[in-house]
Parts: sequence; structure tokens; C-alpha cells
Amino acid sequence: MTAPTYQQPTERGYYGQFGGAFIPEMLYPNVEELRQQYLAIMADPAFQQEYQQLLRDYVGRPTPLFEAKRLSAKYNTRVFLKREDLCHTGAHKVNNTVGQILLARRLGKTRIIAETGAGQHGVATATVCALMGMECIVYMGEVDMERQKPNVYRMRLLGAEVRPASSGSKTLKDATNEAIRDWISNPVDTHYIIGSVVGPHPYPDLVARLQAVISEEMRKQLLEKTGSELPQYVVACVGGGSNAAGAFYHFLEDAEVQLVAVEAAGHGVHSGHSAATSVLGKPGIIHGSRTLLMQDEDGQITEPYSLSAGLDYPGIGPLHAFLADAGRAQFISVTDDDALKAVVECSRLEGIIPALETAHALAVLDRIGAGPDDVVVINLSGRGDKDLETYIQQDLM
Amino acid sequence: MTVYTKAMNRIQQAFQQDKKLLNIYFTAGYPRLNDTVPILKALASAGADVIEIGVPFSDPLADGPVIQQSSSVALQNGMNMRVLFGQLKGVREQVPNTPILLMGYLNPVMQFGVENFCREAAAAGVDGVILPDLPLDDYVAEYQDIFRRHNLRPVFLITPQTAPERIRRIDELTDSFLYLVSGPGTTGGANTQAAGVQEAYFERIEAMNLRNPRLVGFGISDKQSFEKACQHAEGAIIGSALIRALEGADDAPAAAAAFVSSVIK
Repeated sequence: MTAPTYQQPTERGYYGQFGGAFIPEMLYPNVEELRQQYLAIMADPAFQQEYQQLLRDYVGRPTPLFEAKRLSAKYNTRVFLKREDLCHTGAHKVNNTVGQILLARRLGKTRIIAETGAGQHGVATATVCALMGMECIVYMGEVDMERQKPNVYRMRLLGAEVRPASSGSKTLKDATNEAIRDWISNPVDTHYIIGSVVGPHPYPDLVARLQAVISEEMRKQLLEKTGSELPQYVVACVGGGSNAAGAFYHFLEDAEVQLVAVEAAGHGVHSGHSAATSVLGKPGIIHGSRTLLMQDEDGQITEPYSLSAGLDYPGIGPLHAFLADAGRAQFISVTDDDALKAVVECSRLEGIIPALETAHALAVLDRIGAGPDDVVVINLSGRGDKDLETYIQQDLM
Repeated sequence: MTVYTKAMNRIQQAFQQDKKLLNIYFTAGYPRLNDTVPILKALASAGADVIEIGVPFSDPLADGPVIQQSSSVALQNGMNMRVLFGQLKGVREQVPNTPILLMGYLNPVMQFGVENFCREAAAAGVDGVILPDLPLDDYVAEYQDIFRRHNLRPVFLITPQTAPERIRRIDELTDSFLYLVSGPGTTGGANTQAAGVQEAYFERIEAMNLRNPRLVGFGISDKQSFEKACQHAEGAIIGSALIRALEGADDAPAAAAAFVSSVIK
């Protein structure tokens, strides 16, 4: 083993003090099987060939790196958008589900479960299950089912069963609880496709590796377009943190690249209605992982808030907790209102309607200190179609 | 202090009895905040042989809807670690012999401080602790010394998928009992396994001749399922069914006692 890096957790899944696998015994055999096999399966040339082919022919990769000239002019810096919104199903989530469904098949699993917040991961999971002819059950918070209706319909159209999670705040955290309980009840035939870099080891590493294609492509595209593989800034929104993990991954060891993680401040970081975990959280355990966690002084997990269903989560992946703790990434939080302004701005200036989650990343261009000669890459993680109802309700015009 | 010498052996002493043991789980602070000790006393007098006090957590992953609901009511009632240990002060004067275990999740224990938790538990006369999301390796590396210093015994879960060598390791790590999870699922679910599957699992564990006695839990709800579970174990654990019996009861301790009687009489 080489020296510890930001990319690679320890054998027991720790990034610094964060990570691990805090799971009840009922999940141990499943998680252990995955831990023992994921690296070997992913290194198998046959797996890689199938994965790469699906990324190209089905997902539509590589996604473009688009120079956003009008945004650049407005903020007096050089802005590039990594167009993950152009992936099949409309967001980066499918990079992970394509990889995990191939993994699930090799593990001999026949039934797939997933959790979803905004519905993008649920749709991406339902999509690959349809492609592979596998049974698919998606857990989604009741509140999220209401605010992301089109995605609920898409999942059902794709043949998945969407089961409402009605405990707690009825959002992503609760959907994840229900998916974990399903896995406890179905330990032999089921694979749990977690949608973010959260959960017990090896999930954070597995999902980061599957999303790493985003930064792998960025480096090649930047070299072609700017003459250097390295930008000055990479910006991405963080709920659990899968698109940020993918966008940061191949820049983690390049100290000169500033990594900017944008969290949801909701009504304001200290308003009591926020999901800015890096500010409000302290070390604790959620969904099998030790990470930064929003909790009260008794260790009860508190209910987060964000208008965006995909960022409405009281934790962040252990990799991100480590990046925050080590100061490797800068964490900024953006309110609902500022994110909504960024939706309008990106739509009007670049002709791209972003997802509400993604809009948080677009809202920090005047806050990172980028100069005229700097290159800023924003991971445009998803498109805004799923949020149209919210945008209409918020009366953006 | 003689009280503590006695406390050291309470779990093992309970298993010396020539009978199948009934272990009852209930959630602290449910249905009302101050029901904890009255329910504990009622369970013990009615004949519960081992009692698990559930420490409520906001996100209890191994639990089904009934215990989830009781936990969230208890939290709304104001239950927390400090309140619980306050309630348990002096409880051994009222319930001298019945083994008492605390069952909960790791995060509230971590935030309270593992050392503080163990010290307070020992002072209250608690005999053992069940933390389903505490990994074995972490227990050995970080918790075992603290548990031992305070004479607390860990109880670990075993499932039909737990490998034999792991069962042996778990058996070495405690002097209390092994918690046999009856089948796949969270607490309070019905047993949906095909006939014979569960028996084969219990018989397989029985044949391992382990050091510790075994109690079967998950999906045990009444006299019939209790007696069935006891065929291949030293006893069984009931939780969700008791909580259901407390729900809406005017006199929760009386309802708890009546439930115990319905199982063992």
C-alpha cells in the first residue's frame, strides 16, 4: 500500500476518522460479500468492457464540457459546465446505477432496491433494472413523492414499484432507512443500489469510483480546451455528495485545484431550516457510516430542510466529511432563494434549465474569488425538468 | 458493596433456573415519560426473567414500525440518556434480581460518551448492553475494556446468515447470552420462512455447543410462538407485541403485567 490518499479509504473504509461500517448483524454478510468482491469485479476486463460500452452507447458519454461564455462574461472568469444533465435520464446518477447493476448481476442478485430523494437516482435505478430485466423497488419519502411527481411517474412507467417512506420528515433520510430495512428483510437475493457516497463501507468508495468518470473526462477535455488538465476551481453541489465525489475524484491529489462543495442552506444556515451539514453537523453515525451529521445534543438525528429534495439530507458522505475536516475542499452554503435566482440566470444566459440541486453550485460564482484568468468547472449534475412544478410554484418570472 | 458483587452474575444466575426464560423488551419513556420504572417493576413481578430497556433513537434501522413508533413517542415525551439514568437511580432496591439490559443504537451512546454511559449504567445496576450497530471489531478495539471495567456484558446478534466462525468469535466475546435473530426481517415482523428452515437454523446453532445460552428474538409475539421458539433455545425475547399491548392502555404497568401472564401462564 502507498501512503493514504484522499481518494482511497483504508481497508476498513475510513477516510481519516470518517467512514467504517456500523451495521446490524443482519446486514453484515451482504456488506461483507460486497466489500470482498467489489474491487476484483470492477477490475475485471469483462466488467470494464461492458461498463464502458454502456456508458458510451446507453448513457451517452463522454458528456460535453461546455464553455459558458455569457456566465463567464458576467462573473469575469472562465466558466465551463460539465454537462451531466445530458446523460440518459437527465443526471449523473446513471453512471453509478449502470455500474452497480452489472456488479449486482455478477453477485448473483435478482432483486434491486434503492432509495431516492429528488427521484433522479430512483429513475436511474429503474432505468437500468428495465434494461437488465430485474425487479426494482424504490423507496421515496412521501414529501419527496409530492414535490417530484414527474419522477415518480417515470419510475412507475419504467416498471419499478415506488414505496412511500412515511416516517420522520418523509424525505431522503427516511427513504434510506426503509431501503436498509428492506435489505435486512431480504438478505439473500437483493442488492441495494445506494445512490450516493454514503452508507457503510464499501459503498462510499464504490459509488465514488463509479462517478469518477466525470473528473476523468474533465481532465482530458480541459487539456484540449485550455491547454491544461487542471482548472483553478471545481464546483459541485453536495447532498450526500455523489456528483461532487465524481467531479473531485481525479483532482483530489492535485493540491493546486480548489475544490468547492456547495451545500443547501435552506432558509439560511442558522434559521433552523437548513441542510448545511458541514456547518451544523458533528461526528456521528448515520446509515452505517461515521460522518458529519446534523443531530441534537442527545445524538438524535435532526430533520434537515432544503427546497431541493436531492440536498435534503442530514449527513454528507465520509469522503466529504474528511475533505471538510482536512480543509481540502471549501464548503459554501447557498439558500433556497439564491439557488432559485441561479436557475433563472443559467436558463437566461446559457439556455440551460438546471436542476434545483445543481443550481446551488451555479450560485457561488461571485463567492469563490475566481479571477479573469482562472478556469472554473461547475458540475452541471442534472437538468431541471423534474423541478418545473417547484419553479412554477415559486413564480420565478 | 455486596449489591455490586451480586450484580456481576445476574444474567448467568437467571440462566441457572430450570425453565425457559422470557426476555421482555420495552421502550423507555413510553407510553408516558415516567412509565419506565413502573413498567419495569410490573414486568419483573409478573414473571419476566430478563428485561431489556430500549433507549429510543430517531432512526432505529433494525426495528420495525411498532418499535419505531414507540421510540418517536418516547423522544417526544422528552426521553434521553440523562433522563433515563435519573429514572433508574435506585431501581435495584425495587427490582433486585432480574437482569436488566439496555438496548439502543450507537450514536446516542457515542454522543453521551461511552465511558459515561457505562459508568451510569453500572451505577444503576444494569447488567448488559445491546447495540446492534456496534461492529465486533470496533467493540474489541475501543469498547471492550470500558465494558469490562464496569462489569457490563455485551450481547451480540446472530442471524441465519452469520458464518460459524463468526458465531464462535461472538461466543468468546461475552458471558451473557446469544441473541438469535429468528429469521430475515426487522423487529415485530411475522415469520414468513418456509416450514423447517427456522428449525434447521436453530438446530445448527444448538449443535455448535456454544459457551453461552441462546435466546431467540424477532417475530415472537405470544404464548404459542414463545413456546415454539423455546424448543431449541433457553428462552425467547418479545418486544413489539408488548409495545402493542401498552399502546392506548390507561394503566400501562398493569397492561405490561397482563401481557407477561398471557405468555407464561
